[in-house]
Amino acid sequence: MKDCTYFTRKEILRLFHRYRDLAPQLVPLDYTTGPDVRLPYELIGSMPELKDNPFRQRIAEVFSEDGEGNMTLDDFLDMFSVLSEMAPRDLKAYYAFRIYDFNNDDFICKSDLEKTLNRLTRNELTEDEVRMVCEKVIDEADLDNDGRLSLEDFQHMILRAPDFLR
Amino acid sequence: VGIDIDGEVESAEEDKKAKGKGAKKTAAGKRGKAVTSEDGEDEDEDDEPPRGRRAAKKKKAAQADEEDSDDDIPQRRCAGNRRRGKVRESGGDGENEKSGRKSKRGGNKKQKDKGKGKDKDNDKDSDKDEKKKKNSSGDDSKSDEEEESMSEGEMAKLMEEVEEKKKLIANIRNKPWRMKRRLKVLKEAQQFVDKFEGALGKGKGRKLYAYKVMMMKKWIKFQRDFENFRTSCIPWERKIKEVESHFGSSVASYFIFLRWMYGMNLVLFGLTFGLVVIPEVLMGLPYGSIPRKTVPRPEQATAMDYSVLTDFNGYCKYSVLFYGYYNNQRTIGFLKFRLPLSYLLVGIGSFGYSLMVVIRTMAKNADVGGGDGEDSEFTFAWKMFTSWDYLIGNAETADNKFASITTSFKESIVDEQENQKDENIHLRRFLRVLANFLITCTLGGSGYLIYFVVKRSQEFANMDNLSWYEKNEMEIIMSLLGLVGPMLFETIAELEEYHPRIALKWQLGRIFALFLGNLYTFLLALFDEVNSKLAEEDSIKNASIWFVKEYYANFSANNPNYTGTPPPLDPSDGIRGPCWETAVGLEFVKLTISDIQVTYLTILIGDFLRALIVRFLNYCWCWDLEAGWPSYGEFDISGNVLGLVFNQGMIWMGAFYAPGLVGINVLRLLSSMYYQCWAVMACNVPHERVFKASKSNNFYMGLLLLILFLSLLPVVYTIMTLPPSFDCGPFSGKAKMIDIVMETIDMDLPAFMGTILGYLANPGLIIAAVLLMVLAIYYLNSVSQAYQNANMELKKKMQMARDEDKNRRNNKDSTNQVMKDLEDLLPKNAQTSHAHPEKNAEKRHDQGGKSPKVKPGSAGNDVRLQKDVSLASANPNARGPVTRAPGPRGPGPLPGQPGAGRGQGPPPRR
Repeated sequence: MKDCTYFTRKEILRLFHRYRDLAPQLVPLDYTTGPDVRLPYELIGSMPELKDNPFRQRIAEVFSEDGEGNMTLDDFLDMFSVLSEMAPRDLKAYYAFRIYDFNNDDFICKSDLEKTLNRLTRNELTEDEVRMVCEKVIDEADLDNDGRLSLEDFQHMILRAPDFLR
Repeated sequence: VGIDIDGEVESAEEDKKAKGKGAKKTAAGKRGKAVTSEDGEDEDEDDEPPRGRRAAKKKKAAQADEEDSDDDIPQRRCAGNRRRGKVRESGGDGENEKSGRKSKRGGNKKQKDKGKGKDKDNDKDSDKDEKKKKNSSGDDSKSDEEEESMSEGEMAKLMEEVEEKKKLIANIRNKPWRMKRRLKVLKEAQQFVDKFEGALGKGKGRKLYAYKVMMMKKWIKFQRDFENFRTSCIPWERKIKEVESHFGSSVASYFIFLRWMYGMNLVLFGLTFGLVVIPEVLMGLPYGSIPRKTVPRPEQATAMDYSVLTDFNGYCKYSVLFYGYYNNQRTIGFLKFRLPLSYLLVGIGSFGYSLMVVIRTMAKNADVGGGDGEDSEFTFAWKMFTSWDYLIGNAETADNKFASITTSFKESIVDEQENQKDENIHLRRFLRVLANFLITCTLGGSGYLIYFVVKRSQEFANMDNLSWYEKNEMEIIMSLLGLVGPMLFETIAELEEYHPRIALKWQLGRIFALFLGNLYTFLLALFDEVNSKLAEEDSIKNASIWFVKEYYANFSANNPNYTGTPPPLDPSDGIRGPCWETAVGLEFVKLTISDIQVTYLTILIGDFLRALIVRFLNYCWCWDLEAGWPSYGEFDISGNVLGLVFNQGMIWMGAFYAPGLVGINVLRLLSSMYYQCWAVMACNVPHERVFKASKSNNFYMGLLLLILFLSLLPVVYTIMTLPPSFDCGPFSGKAKMIDIVMETIDMDLPAFMGTILGYLANPGLIIAAVLLMVLAIYYLNSVSQAYQNANMELKKKMQMARDEDKNRRNNKDSTNQVMKDLEDLLPKNAQTSHAHPEKNAEKRHDQGGKSPKVKPGSAGNDVRLQKDVSLASANPNARGPVTRAPGPRGPGPLPGQPGAGRGQGPPPRR
C-alpha cells in the first residue's frame, strides 16, 4: 500500500482515521477483512479541504471507482495520494485532465470549458465573454485543430504553466 | 492547477491544525520549494549506490542502470544471448519500459530497503498488507521458470529481473490505475523481489536513508513555514490583495505604489530624525537660551493659542520642526556632533537616497516586466486550468479567489478585445491627432493663463485697496484649472479610444503637465518672497546690531554705578531677521497639511457621503440612484497617483527647510493607507472596464523621478548660491550654505585631502568625467538596444516555429497535395522510395494519437513518441524532393522547382 501512494504508513493510517471520521457508523475500524464500504459523495464533499473547491464534485467523481463520487477507502487514499505534493506533474496533469473533462469523453470540448469557467467565476461573466474565452483557450492549446483538447494537448499546455505546481 | 492538497496531508499530519493557513501560500514560493525538494531527493538517492552488493554485481548493476542499452550487458555475462532475450521479455511484461528511467535508482534503493525489512520482520507490515497477501495467490508465472540452478549467468539474469520488478514497484504510484489493480501488480512484484532478493544481497544504508528522507521533509516544511512568515511580514499585503481581488490590479497598483512610498519615506524619516532632530533635542541648547530658539515678545501672548498652533506659528515655528531653530555651533554636546555639517549632508543625502531608490526600483521593475512573458501563448488556457488554488480551505478566501479569478479574466478579456479591434485605422489616427492637438491647445492656453495671472498679481502686489477677487485671483484660477482640466482631458481622451491602461498613462501625463503650471506659480511666488526677505535682511542686520549696541549703551547710561558686564539681553527681545528658510518651510508644511485635509475631505464627502446617499435614498427616490446618475464613485487612479507624486515633491523640497515635514508625511501615508483602503472597499465600485496594470508601475516611478529632479533644483540652488539668514539656522554667519563643507575640509581633514579635493574639483577633470559618462551611457544604451532586438527576433522565431508546427499537424493533406504534384514530376523510383516512409509514419502517427484513449497510463510517453514521429514524418515530406531532385539531372528546370515549391525552409528540429 505504501508503494502505491506517496504516503508513509503513518500518514496512511491517519488518512484512514479521517476517512472513518466522516462516517463512524459506516466504516468499521477493522479493515483486515476488506469490507466493501463506500462513503457517499455528500460526505466526501463536505470535507474542509474540498468544501470550497468549485470542482469538488468532479474530483470525487474522477477518483471514485463507480464514477458517482462514492468512495471506498482505496479511492480515498488514491485521491489524496495524487493531490499530495509528492505526486509528479505527469500524474497530476492526467488527473487534472480527467477532472476538467466533464462529460468523460476523453476530450475537453467547448462545453467542458464553459462549465469549468462558470465554476471558476461563479457565473459572473457574460455569455459572450465566456464564449470568447473558450475560443481563445481552444485556439491557444489545441495543437491538432480538431476543436477540442486531447490529453496530449492538455499536457503540452499545462506542463509549461508556471502555476501548475506539483 | 496546483493540484495539491498537501495542506490536507499536512493537516492530517499535524492533527488537523488551523486549516485556512495553508491557503495563503503564494504559488511561486511553493513551486520553488517543490522543485528543490525533488531535486534534492533525486540527488539524495543518487548519492547512495547500492552498497550492500558484492563488488562484481555492483558494477554490473550500475552498468545496467546507467546505460539504458542492453547491448553492453552480455559482454559481461558468461551466458549470452539466450538469457538476454528472456530478460527483455520479462521487462516487456512488467510494462514499465516506458516509465521514465530516472526514478529507477531511487526506487531500487527504497525497494531494497523494504525487502530487507520484510525479511527481518514480516509481521511489522500493516494489516492492510496482509490482506493483500491473502488476496493474491502468488501466481507468479515467471518465478517458476527462473528457479534453476544459480550459475553466475543465472544470477545476473535474476538480478536484471529483480531490478525490473523494483522499478515497477517504485513507479507504480505514478500509474493512473485503480487502486485494486495497482495492489495486485504490486503484490506480485513484491513477492518476486522478496523471493530472490535474499540471494542477491541487501542494502545497508537503510537507516541513513530514512534519516535523510526525514530531514528532507523537515527541511521542506521549514522552508514553507519560512515562506509563510516572510509573506506575512510584508505590510498590508493582505489588504492590497483584497482590494486587488475586487478592483483589479490597476487599483492595487496605486496601493502598492503607496506602500513603496511609505517605505522610502520611513528611511528618509530615519535619516532626518536620527541625524538631525534627535541630536539637536538631546545635545543642543535648550529652548529659550538664544533668540532664535525663543518666541519673540510681541508674539508670546498668542503663541500657545490653538488657532496659531494649527497654522504652525507660535511655539511650533520656534521648534525643532523648522530650520530656524538650529544653532550654528560647530559641534554640540560631549560627542562633538557636527550638527551643521550633518544637517547639510542629510539634506543632500536624502535626495541622493531617493534618486538611487527610484532608479533602482525602475531598473528592477523593467527587469521583471521583461522577464515574465506578458504575451504568453497560453494566457487563457493557463488562467482557466491553473488559477484555482487547491489549497484553499476557507470560505472567505474562496470568495476572494473567485472574485480575483473573475477580475483577472475580465482583465484579459479587455486586453484581448483591444487586440482584436481592427476598425478604420485612418479615422482612429485622425481622431488621435485631433485629440492631441486639442489637448496641446488646452495646455498652452492654461500655461498662458497662469503666466498672465501671475504677472497681474505682481502688479496687484504694488497696489492698495484691492477687491477680494483681485487679492485671491491667482488661487481661484489655479483651483479652477485643476478642477476643469482633468475633466476636459478625460472627455477629449474619449476620442482616442486607447486601451484603458494606455489611456491612463496619457491622462496621467497630461494632468501632470497641467499641474506643473501650479508648481511653477508656487515656486515663483516663493522666490519672490525669498528675494524680498533677503533685501529686508540687510537693513535688519544693521538694525539689530545697532539695537544691541544701543541696549548696552542705554544700560550703562541708566546704571552708571554698575560695573562689570551688563546682563545679557533677554532672548525674546531684540530685533530679528525674517529668517526666510523658516518661512519657506512653513509654507511647505501648510501646503502639505491643507493637501491632506482636502484629500481626506474629498474622500469623505465625494465617496463616502455619496455612497451613503445613493445607498439609502435609493429606497425613496424617483429614479434608480445606483444605476442612474450619481451612482457610486469609481476609484480615481490618476488623481490619486498624481496627488501622491506631487505631495512627495513638496516633501522633498520642504524637508530641507522643515525637518519635521518628513515625520508629518510618514503619518500621512500611514493613515491614508488604512483610510483609502477602507474607503475603496466601502464606497467605490470597480471600474467599468477592469484592466490589468502593467506589471511594472514604472510610469508612476517616471513621474516621481521627474518631480524629484524638479524639486532638487531649487534646493540645490539655495544651498549653492543664496546667502543663509544671518541670525537663524545652522548655517548662519556663512556666505553660502555649502561653505560648511569647505570649512570641514579645511579644519578637520588632513591638508593633503584638501589638495586632493581641490584637484578633483578642477574643471578639466570634471569635464573629462562627464564626457566619459556620456560615452558610457551611449554604449550601454546601444548594447541594450541590441539585446532587445535579439529578443524580439527570438520571440518571432519561436512564434513562427509554433505556427509551423501547428500547420504541419493539420495541413498535412494540403502539403501532401503539393508534394504529390512535385512527385509527378519526379522519376518513379524516387517517388516510391520516399512515399513509403511517409506512409509508415502516418500509420504510426495514428497509433500515437489514439493511444491515450487505450492506455492513458503511458500517455506522457506517447506524447514524446508522437512528437518524434511527427518530426520524422515531416522530414521525408520536406526533404524528399530536395534530396532526390539533383538525381535526374536531365530535365533542366526541375531542380529549381522543388525548392521553390517548398518555400518555407526546413522544419525546425529540436
